[in-house]
Amino acid sequence: MAPPVILCSVVVLAHIATEGPRFLFQKPPLQSILKSFVSFFEWFGNLGMFCGRLLWATITPPYEGKEFLHQFDELGAKSLPLVALAGAATGVVITLSTRDSLVRFGAKSFLPAVAIFSIIKESGPVITGLVVSGRVAAGIGAELGAMKVTEQIDAMEASAVNTYKYLAATRVVACILMLPLLALVTDFCGVLTGWMTHTLVDPISLRLFLDHGFKGMAFKDFLPPTLKTAVFGLIIGVVACFQGMRTSGGTEGVERAATSSVVLASLLIILADVLLVRLILTFFS
Amino acid sequence: MNLDVNVEQTQVTSGNGKGAPQVKVSGLHKSFRDQIVLKGIDLEVGHGETLSVLGRSGTGKSVLLKLIIGLHKPDSGSIRVEGEEITKLPVKALNEVRKKMGFLFQQAALYDSLTVAENVAFPLQRHSPKSEEHRKRHVKELLAQVGMENEAHKLPSEISGGMQKRAGLARALALEPDILLFDEPTSGLDTITAEEICKLILHLQQERRITSIVGTYDMKGAQTVSDRLALMRDGQVLIQGTFDDLRKSQDPFVKQFLNGSEE
Repeated sequence: MAPPVILCSVVVLAHIATEGPRFLFQKPPLQSILKSFVSFFEWFGNLGMFCGRLLWATITPPYEGKEFLHQFDELGAKSLPLVALAGAATGVVITLSTRDSLVRFGAKSFLPAVAIFSIIKESGPVITGLVVSGRVAAGIGAELGAMKVTEQIDAMEASAVNTYKYLAATRVVACILMLPLLALVTDFCGVLTGWMTHTLVDPISLRLFLDHGFKGMAFKDFLPPTLKTAVFGLIIGVVACFQGMRTSGGTEGVERAATSSVVLASLLIILADVLLVRLILTFFS
Repeated sequence: MNLDVNVEQTQVTSGNGKGAPQVKVSGLHKSFRDQIVLKGIDLEVGHGETLSVLGRSGTGKSVLLKLIIGLHKPDSGSIRVEGEEITKLPVKALNEVRKKMGFLFQQAALYDSLTVAENVAFPLQRHSPKSEEHRKRHVKELLAQVGMENEAHKLPSEISGGMQKRAGLARALALEPDILLFDEPTSGLDTITAEEICKLILHLQQERRITSIVGTYDMKGAQTVSDRLALMRDGQVLIQGTFDDLRKSQDPFVKQFLNGSEE
C-alpha cells in the first residue's frame, strides 16, 4: 500500500512544484491528477532520451574545449563569492547552535570536532549544491529557455552544430567538475568562520581549533562527501539543460523553465543526498 | 473542381525544367500532438530557382521550411535535398546536408550573447577549415555584402530589426550554401526596409545563383524575389505556378490573396 501512496505523493508534489497548485482546483480533479500522472511519466521518458543523447554527445569527439572553459568560468568561478558567503554563514550558524547544545551537556571541548565534521561531512556539500542550484540552474534554464523560444537553438542546429554537445554537454560537465571545487570553498569558509565565532566567545588559536577538529578525521570522512557534490552538479546541469531546451510558450515558458529548473534540481539534490549518505555509510564506514 | 485544375497546373509548372530538382518534397504530413499542420505537401524547386511559399499566418510555411532543413521530423512523406532523402538521416549525416543550406529565421535568431561579427563567424569557426585570418576576412566581406560592416561589433540588441535580418542573412550565407531558406524575411519591417531586404535577396540570388525557398505572406515581396509561387491553405498547396498562373486562377481564395481583399 505504501509504495503507490508514496508514488502518488511524489507525482502530485512534483507537478505542484513545476506547474503550481492550480491544477488541483481544476474540474474534474481526478482527470487533472490522471493528466499529471501521464505528464510525469512523459517527462521521465523525455528526460531519459535527453540523457542518452547528452551522454553520446559528451563522449564522442570533437569536444567543445573553448565553450567548456567559458562555462567553467561562467558557472564555476562566478559562483565562488556566493558559495563562500553561504559557507561562511553556515560555519557561524553551526558553531553557534552546536556550542549551545554542547555547553548544556558539558561537552564544550568537542565543539571544533563537531562543527568541522558537520560542515565537511554534510552541511558544506548540501549547502553548495543548493546554493549553486539556485544560481546556476535558474541561469541555465532561463538562458537556454530564451534561446529556445527565440529560435537561437534552431539556428544553431540549422548551422549544423550539435546543440547537445555545444550547449548541454559543456554545461553539464562544467557543473560536475566545479561542484566539488566549490564544496571545498564552502568547507574552507565554514571552518574559518566557525573558528572565528568560537574564538569570539572562547578565545582559541586557529591551529588548536584545527588540531582538535581534524584529529579524528580520515580521508573517508572528507573525500566521499566532497565528491558526492559531483552528483549534485550532474543533477543541476542535466535538469536545467533539459528544462531549458524543451521550453515553449514565450516569456512565460522561459519563466517556467527557470523556476522548474531550480525547484526540480533542489528537490532532486535533497533526494539524491539521502541515497548518497546511505551509500557512503555502507561503503566507507 | 478548383483543386483538379490546380493539380494539373502543378504538374505543368513544378520545377523549372533544368534537370532533377534540388529540393523535392512529396506527400509531406506533419502534426503537433492533435494539431494537424501539413496535410500532404508536394513541391519541387530546381537549381538556382526561387520558390515562394505563400499563405496566411499559421498555414504551416515555417514548419515546412524547418522540415526541409531537418529541424522537425515529418509524420510521413519524403524530403529530398540534392537527391538525398533527409527524413531518415542520422544527425551526423543530416548536419552534412545542413552545411549546404542556409536559413534566415523570422526574427533573425541571432545569438544574443555574441556580436554581429561573431554571429556571422559562428558557422565558419565550426565548419570552415580555413585560417582565422581568412575567416575574419570572409566575415568582413559578408557583412559588407549586406551593408553591415559598420555594425560588426554591436550586439543584436543594439541594432534594428532590419539590421538583424541583414546580419541573419550574412550568417546564413557564411558557409556558401547552395540552398537558402527564408522564413518571413520581411515580416515586422517597414515597407522601405522590407523592399531593401527583398532587393538584397534578389541581388544575392543573381550573384550566386542560389536555390531559394521563401516562406512569406508578403505578396509584393514574393513577386519581387520569386520565379514561382506556391499558395498554401489548410496545410496543403492550393496552387503553384508563376505569378501569371496564379493571376489566371478563378479560385476565390487565390484571388483574395493576390488582391488583398475579396472581389
